[in-house]
Amino acid sequence: MSFIPGQPVTAVVARVEIKKLRQDANLILGFSIGGGIDQDPGQNPFSEDKTDKGIYVTRISPGGPAEAAGLKIGDKIMQVNGWDMTMVTHDQARKKLTKKREDVVRLLVTRKSLEQTVKQSMCSYPRP
Amino acid sequence: MDTESTHSGYSYHSSRSGRSNRHGERSRERHKASSSKDSVRSERSVVINPPDSPSQDSPVHNGEPLPGEPTPAADHEDDAQDDNWGETTTAVTGTSELSVSQEEVVGLGKEIQDRTHSFRRYLPLAVGLCVGLLVVATPLVFLLLPGLMWPDRLQACGAACEGLFLSISFKLLILLVAVWALFLRQGRACLPRVCVYRAFLTTLTLLLTMSYWLFYGVRILDAQDEDYHGIVQFAVSLVDSQLFVHYLAVVLLELRHLQPCYSICVIRSTDGETRHYNVGQHSIQRAALSILEYYYRDFSLHNPALLSASKHRAAKHLAGLKVYNVDAPGSTAAAQPSNGNQSRAMVTAAGKRKDNAHNELYYEEADYERRVRKRRARLVVAVEEAFTHVRRMKKEDENATPSDIMDVREAALAIFPSMARALQKYLRTTRRQHCHSMESIQKHLAFCLINNMSPKAFLEAYLVPGPTLQYSPERWMADQWTLVSEASVTSGIKEGTEFLLKCLDFSLAVTVKGIPYIRLTEEYIDPKSHKFLLLLQSETSV
Repeated sequence: MSFIPGQPVTAVVARVEIKKLRQDANLILGFSIGGGIDQDPGQNPFSEDKTDKGIYVTRISPGGPAEAAGLKIGDKIMQVNGWDMTMVTHDQARKKLTKKREDVVRLLVTRKSLEQTVKQSMCSYPRP
Repeated sequence: MDTESTHSGYSYHSSRSGRSNRHGERSRERHKASSSKDSVRSERSVVINPPDSPSQDSPVHNGEPLPGEPTPAADHEDDAQDDNWGETTTAVTGTSELSVSQEEVVGLGKEIQDRTHSFRRYLPLAVGLCVGLLVVATPLVFLLLPGLMWPDRLQACGAACEGLFLSISFKLLILLVAVWALFLRQGRACLPRVCVYRAFLTTLTLLLTMSYWLFYGVRILDAQDEDYHGIVQFAVSLVDSQLFVHYLAVVLLELRHLQPCYSICVIRSTDGETRHYNVGQHSIQRAALSILEYYYRDFSLHNPALLSASKHRAAKHLAGLKVYNVDAPGSTAAAQPSNGNQSRAMVTAAGKRKDNAHNELYYEEADYERRVRKRRARLVVAVEEAFTHVRRMKKEDENATPSDIMDVREAALAIFPSMARALQKYLRTTRRQHCHSMESIQKHLAFCLINNMSPKAFLEAYLVPGPTLQYSPERWMADQWTLVSEASVTSGIKEGTEFLLKCLDFSLAVTVKGIPYIRLTEEYIDPKSHKFLLLLQSETSV
C-alpha cells in the first residue's frame, strides 16, 4: 500500500458493493472512516506507511450493510462510485459516501491480504 | 633495621630531625596539652607519643599523631616497631633533652618572628597615615604661610577668595574621608612583595606634593608674592589634583579587579578537593590572597586521619618487597642496566601481589560505610531523645520548683551526657574527634537551645565536616602559607599561570584559565508569529 512519489499508485483492489440502509430518514452504510489529507497520518492504526493520508475503514457496525457486503476493518478505500479517495479531505470523503440520491455505493478497497492472495495464486500456477 | 633503608624513600631519621625544626611544632604542643582533657572521655587509653618517636601513620602530618587515637592496627605496628627500634639501633638520636632544647630554640625564633610580623602588619597603615596627613596639611600650610610671613603686604581678596576657601575646606574634608575609607584600613594580609599599584600611587602622590612644594617655594616664598587670590587658587589646584589621584587609586585598587576574567581551579593535594572561582585581573600574590580567603570559607577542614588508610596500603605494598643488592656495584655502565632490571623486577613482583589489594579495599570500604551508618542512626536517636527532655520555660511554668528552672548553660550540661557517648563514638568512627572538644560541643548545644533549633540542626555540625573557618584556629592545620611560583608574584595572572600555595601538611595547586570571550547575538521574534496547527484524527460514521 505504499506509494512512490511521482509514480502512479498501484494496488490490488476488491470491489465492494454496499446497499444503503434507510434508518430514521438517514441512509446509513454501517461503517466509520478515518483519514484524509487534512488529518494526521501518524495516528492511523491501520496503515502500513505512516505517511499514508488515505481513507481507511476504522469501524464496522455489526449487522450493518457494510459487514454484509464484505467490508473489513482496516480497509483502505480507493474509489467510491468512481470518485477517487486517495487524495481527498476527510469531509470530501464523507460527502462522497453520504449522497442522498444514491442508494448503492460501489467501493474499490484494498487490503494487505489481497496482495498476498494474489502473490500466492500467481506462484501456485507455474507458467508453462 | 634493614627494611628501613629501602622504605619508600622515607627514613625515620630524616623525618625526625625535619619535624622538630618546623615552627608549627610549638602550637601543636599547646594544642596537645589542652586536648589531654578530652581524653578523659575516651574509652581506650590514648597513646601520646613524645615528639621524636617514630610513628608510621603520620609521616606527612609533621608531628605527634593526633590525640584522637591512631587506628588499632597502627598501634600494634607502632609497638612492634618501637621494640625493635630500641634493640637494634646503636645510635640513639633525639632524646627527650635534645627535643626540649630544640623546642626552646624554635620558640625563641617564633617570638622574634611575632615582633617583626606586627611591624610589617602595621607598616601600610602607618605609611597611609603619613601620606594622608601630608596631603591634607599641605594646602593649609600653603594658605597660612603668606599670612604669617608677610601679612602686611598681602592683598586682601573678597568674595572670590571666600568662595575658594569654602571649596578648599569641603574638598579637603572629602579627601580626608576618602583617604580614611580607602587606605586607613586594617590590613588583610601580609604579602611577600609590595603591591605595585600602591607603591606607584604613593610615589605619584608624593611626587605631586613635592613638585607643588617646589613651585610654591620658588615662586611664592622666595618672591614673596602678594597676590593672595593667586595663592589660594594654587592651593585649590593642589587639592583638585589630589582628588584626581585618589580617583585613580580607587580605580586601580578597587575597581579593576571586580570584573571577572579568569577562572581559577584550586585543588588540595591531600584529598583532591577541588573548587573553581571567578576572579578579575590580579597580581599573583593578590590572587593567592583571595584564594586563601575562599579556602577558609569553602574547603572542608583538612583531616590527616582520613589519609592514613591509603598510606597504609602503600606502605604494605612496598614493605612486602625486599630487594637485596647481592652483587657489589661495578662500573657505572654495568650498574645502570642492573638498576633497570631491579626496578622492573620490583614492578612485576608488585603486579603479582596487587591481586588482593582491591578486594580488601572494597570490603573495607563497605564495612566502614555500614559502621558509620549504624553509629549515625544511634546518634540521631540519642540526640532526639535528649532534646525531648528539655524545653523552653513558658508562663505557666513560673510556679514550678526553682530547682527545675535552669539557665541555658545548665540545661546544656544536663542533657549532654545522654548523647555524649553516641556522639563520641560517631566522631571516632568518622575520625573527626579531634575537631571538636567537649567545651565546643556544649557551647554549640547551648547555642542551639537558645535559638530553638531542632535536634537535626544541632547534629548537622557534626555529621558534615564544615569549612575550615568554622573551627578554632588551632585545629586548622593551615596557618603559615608559602607561595611557590615560577613567575614573579607581582606580575598579573594570565591564562595558563600555575602556582602552588604550600602549607605545612598539604598544598593547594592553582591553575588559571581565561573566561571565554562570549559572542552574543540577538534574534527578534514577532509575538504574533506564534501560530499552531491542530492535527486531528477524526472518525466519521457513514
